[in-house]
Amino acid sequence: MATSFITLLENLRETRVWKSIFWRGPALTNRTRSLAVFGNLFLHWLPVKVREKSLRVRAAYYLGSLSFLLFLILVITGVLLMFYYHPAAPNAYRDMKDLRFVVSNGVFLRNMHRIGAHLMVLLVFWHMFHVFYRGGYKPPHEFNWVVGVILLMVTLFLSYTGYLLPWDQLAFWAVTVGTNIISAMPLIGSKVRFVALGGNIVGENALLRFYVLHVVILPLLAFLLIGVHFWRVQKDGGLTVRSKDDDGKN
Amino acid sequence: MSDTRQDALPAQAMHGGGGKELTRRDFLGEITLGALGVAGLGGAALTYQYFSPNVLFEPATTFRAGNPDLYPVNSVSFLQDQQVYIVRTPSGFYAVSAVCTHLGCVTQWKPEADVIACPCHGSKFKPDGTKIEGPAPRALPHFAITLTADGELSVDKLQVIKADQVLRV
Repeated sequence: MATSFITLLENLRETRVWKSIFWRGPALTNRTRSLAVFGNLFLHWLPVKVREKSLRVRAAYYLGSLSFLLFLILVITGVLLMFYYHPAAPNAYRDMKDLRFVVSNGVFLRNMHRIGAHLMVLLVFWHMFHVFYRGGYKPPHEFNWVVGVILLMVTLFLSYTGYLLPWDQLAFWAVTVGTNIISAMPLIGSKVRFVALGGNIVGENALLRFYVLHVVILPLLAFLLIGVHFWRVQKDGGLTVRSKDDDGKN
Repeated sequence: MSDTRQDALPAQAMHGGGGKELTRRDFLGEITLGALGVAGLGGAALTYQYFSPNVLFEPATTFRAGNPDLYPVNSVSFLQDQQVYIVRTPSGFYAVSAVCTHLGCVTQWKPEADVIACPCHGSKFKPDGTKIEGPAPRALPHFAITLTADGELSVDKLQVIKADQVLRV
């Protein structure tokens, strides 16, 4: 059975359709394996070779990968929540309540999104501290450190804009307080607050603005920056490995 | 352009005045950059205007607070929709904002302690708006309060007046 499956796979790799998609035949040598990664849009930004020690759990605790995994979970659950959510008053609060008490499996998806968001903020910070204390910001990783800091801010903005969407008392006062902090900026503060809220108070305009930021602008920005971040990991020579790791001790 | 730069590039075509000759390519390039800059600035200005709403569906800033007889002497009344306290003392009326000057939470009147307290970060004010303790940076502002022709109280939240101005009825 197993051999017949491998034979089937090998025969499949020789077919015209397979070759038209992947350009290459079977990836049997290091060269064809590299070419298979380079020639694939979804894989081309990944390192072709990875040092075994950089895959050890202690090397990174997989914190960056876990943050990305959470981001994907949040995108999927978020898109599913959008099917029941109207970004308008008073619908928003009712829709959130419906998701919790009426919609099948709604409470599961909502909590996955909510708890996942909390975890993502935690993991992104943890990832940042880990990279910082390992000296991962040093050359040649300086630019990727900056991209990472911007990604941290995008994560926080995503978290903050999402906080308003349940449209409950907690959300209302959190955003009232937060946008009043904006207005403490000298000279332009009150104007920035007015444009951020689309008014003087946290109302329907603010809800819609935060919704568009939360579901379109910030996720697109995050996707773009995550792409740059991962691509730079590869171009800067793979994951950082401390010299101490070379002797197998930490 | 400095002389040293011209010396460094002897092949560069010179005009009588000693200035650098602007080639057609340079000229068009600069015109294009300038045009793009103007368009970019204009686009930013238009976007800012687009994001500043011209009509707001928010509670009115001027409102009527009813007949003065509704408010007993020595009372603090909270008007929830307007987020204003109407205070009546023996000398008259004044209107105090109920929005905390710290970060915009709505304060609460605590008659048993004779203070206006903010639930968010613990600021406390006297019924006349004076700050008792922080983190609020300022006293609660007083709004202009007048008597309409038909004898009702009217408050204008856009007009902040001095705390010693009292409406005598």
